[in-house]
Amino acid sequence: MKYLKTLLASALALAVSAPVAMAEWQPRKPVEFIIMAGTGGGADQIARLLQGLIEQKGLSSRPFIPINKPGGSGAEALRYMQDKAGDDHTVMMTLNSFYTTPIIQEDLGVDVTQFTPIGLMAMDTFLLWVHTDREDITDLDSYVAAVKGAGLDWKVGGTGSGQEDSVLTAMMEAAFDYEVTYIPFPGGGTVAKNLIGKQIDSTVNNPSEQLAFYEAGDSKPLVQFTGERMAAFPDVPTARELGVDIEYYMQRSVNGPPGMSAEAVEFYTDLFQTLFDSAEWQEFCVSDGLTCDGMLKGGDLASFHASQVEAHKKLIAQVGAGAITGE
Amino acid sequence: MLDIATLLGAGLLQAFEPLNLMMIFVGCLAGLFIGAMPGLGSVNGVAILLPVTFLVPPTAAIIFLAALYYGAMYGGAVSSITLGIPGASTAVATVFDGRPMAQQGKADQALTAAAVASFIGGTISVVLFTLFAPPLAVFALKFGPQEEFALMVLAFATFIGLGGDDIPKTIFSILLGLVMAAVGFDIISGQPRMIFFDFVELQRGIGFLVLAIGIYGIGEMLWTLENTKGEVRIHAVSSTWKSFKKNLSHVREYLPTTALGSALGFFVGTLPAAGATPASLMSYGLTKTFAKDPDSFGKGNVSGVAAPEAANNAASTGSMLPMITLGIPGSPTTAILLGGMIIWGLRPGPLLFTDRPDFVWGLIGSMYVANFVTVALNLALIPIFVRVLAMPFTILTPIIFILCFVGVFATTDRMFDVWLMLLLGLGGYLMRKLNYPVAPAVLAIVLGPLAERSLRQSLISSRGDVMTFFERPISLTCMLLALALMIYPIWLNVRRRRAGATSGTE
Repeated sequence: MKYLKTLLASALALAVSAPVAMAEWQPRKPVEFIIMAGTGGGADQIARLLQGLIEQKGLSSRPFIPINKPGGSGAEALRYMQDKAGDDHTVMMTLNSFYTTPIIQEDLGVDVTQFTPIGLMAMDTFLLWVHTDREDITDLDSYVAAVKGAGLDWKVGGTGSGQEDSVLTAMMEAAFDYEVTYIPFPGGGTVAKNLIGKQIDSTVNNPSEQLAFYEAGDSKPLVQFTGERMAAFPDVPTARELGVDIEYYMQRSVNGPPGMSAEAVEFYTDLFQTLFDSAEWQEFCVSDGLTCDGMLKGGDLASFHASQVEAHKKLIAQVGAGAITGE
Repeated sequence: MLDIATLLGAGLLQAFEPLNLMMIFVGCLAGLFIGAMPGLGSVNGVAILLPVTFLVPPTAAIIFLAALYYGAMYGGAVSSITLGIPGASTAVATVFDGRPMAQQGKADQALTAAAVASFIGGTISVVLFTLFAPPLAVFALKFGPQEEFALMVLAFATFIGLGGDDIPKTIFSILLGLVMAAVGFDIISGQPRMIFFDFVELQRGIGFLVLAIGIYGIGEMLWTLENTKGEVRIHAVSSTWKSFKKNLSHVREYLPTTALGSALGFFVGTLPAAGATPASLMSYGLTKTFAKDPDSFGKGNVSGVAAPEAANNAASTGSMLPMITLGIPGSPTTAILLGGMIIWGLRPGPLLFTDRPDFVWGLIGSMYVANFVTVALNLALIPIFVRVLAMPFTILTPIIFILCFVGVFATTDRMFDVWLMLLLGLGGYLMRKLNYPVAPAVLAIVLGPLAERSLRQSLISSRGDVMTFFERPISLTCMLLALALMIYPIWLNVRRRRAGATSGTE
């Protein structure tokens, strides 16, 4: 009975969407869904959820194939997209390294403001995590004391030099006047695993990356770097509440390569708008501490990107590119 | 113990539900063909077939995808043996001895060995999975960068013995592979490096399949053409019930190898960083090093087919462990499985075992059943697979050339890689001509990036102190084993030479 219902529902969904979709541009071959980060991380989880929803809802006549290109803090993915200019069958799930990597690596020859904006799916958040066994660390003050005590023996795990978590780590180093050893891993999931295995001492993972371990009681959040406390973490103070001026978010937007055709842009924008409005996506946003108030797209998203690039240029100049790349 | 038996019983019952059983069967069959097609890897296969899974409940869905993954793991062996092209990185080591066996007219024996070894590997590892999943998950967490690097050193050490007598040439080949592995972006700073002749395309690195298909597809073909002047007939194999029984009776010869490869494969597979490719390569290397007749490897030794096949199937089961318990997929294919799980509302992590025992144990139960289905299907299909070899050389060779082109283009979608493959194939042919072993170079391009990353992570965290590898018990053990493995073949060589000198056989 249950299968029958699912079958009927999917048939119905097809019947409703098909006639409308027929008239418009449709992909003619599988769409490469590039992820500029490693497997198991926040961007990866989101892209794979979206891919599944696309298939489940029959939104595309051709499948979306997720491909991870984490090399060089996303440089590999950015370069790949640049080389795909004018291609209508490649889209990319981005994170803040979309802004930071081209700033830090000037030789890359990539200008992200030339990319085709499609839709901003969510703003992700950061928390500061330590292992539950660190009983000496209960709040930000005891954390800072522990880091200062350990000096360079304090190991912070992250997803790569120039990635957003290294920016945030550099911001914290500047704010608290300490120095740590930053170790890059290939993805947020691996970072989380290494915190639980005590290979590193702390990390600034996104909620989705730590949630499974947090629920199992293996890790604990100390601070959230948001404007207000998230519904998912009502007892964790924000940095602002503690008098530390750090507020930092991660954008999770989908973009195409430069020069994508207008028809294709329309198709992808509609597709991601449908996904954004779906109950499944909105539920995921709540459970994983994402902010999803409305999807930015087109010109709005382009100017958002432009302002973020400027903001990150300032940020990097402030903390110094060396602090981020660890040189 | 009793708990496990009850849970497993329930899981097995679940696997035998008609819908689930059908999913296993269809999954294995589809996987077999997807794996056997060079260029159409299990990643694309699983991604394309993902929609099928939305019509059935989550447990049936993951059973289907896992069966597909299983089938593909064996399918890779089929193209490795019959065509000499590894369809996926996991099947590279199978080429080493599988291809020579096919050329000697023993393709059916090689395929039987692959099927049986895969079955044993899969079964041993699923038993280990059943009994020790939670403690192994804890052990996997102990694996930091230092341990990962020590494991990679161990993998390289097993290959020192692979080059036969010529250890300097083996080391040269490994270094060549490492240089190719370094092309692309620096993994720590993200700066482009080793971009030869400023080809922008090289920023994406040299793909493993580009090298493997180049060396084994193109290089091997050129070598065969030169040696035989095009007059070879690859022996057609007659596959009868009698020969089948005879092939099965050979199982005893490679049983110890298979058991060892299975345990090794499972263990390496459970480590999030490694996966099936290093597992199969290490298994091959170890088997050769400790064989009574190491010289017969690479020339069609059936143990050389059984060892990597047992290990890669065992590892594919093993890699489910970090995915389920830690949410970290060990391979691109398990990453797609992970995506599926998120859609079905299952969050992989330490709690999945307790929150959704029906799902986890249903999956484990299905692995037992999938093993039986795969081995039955494979053995039944061998007569069809060996037909490929009945084709005259003049027809088969052009087909292999075309498959090489298509396989490379399909995976990377750029002509640059096709030209690169041709160039590397030519290089591989020259290396073969000059008597350099090529397998270590292939190993190095697979393991190089993993080794480099863990080495640099370790050294950052110890602030440049190399003693860090010898201060941690697990990494120290791996390092000492590696040292022993490196010295062993050298010592054997010296002893053999001395024995030769005293008996005066000059």
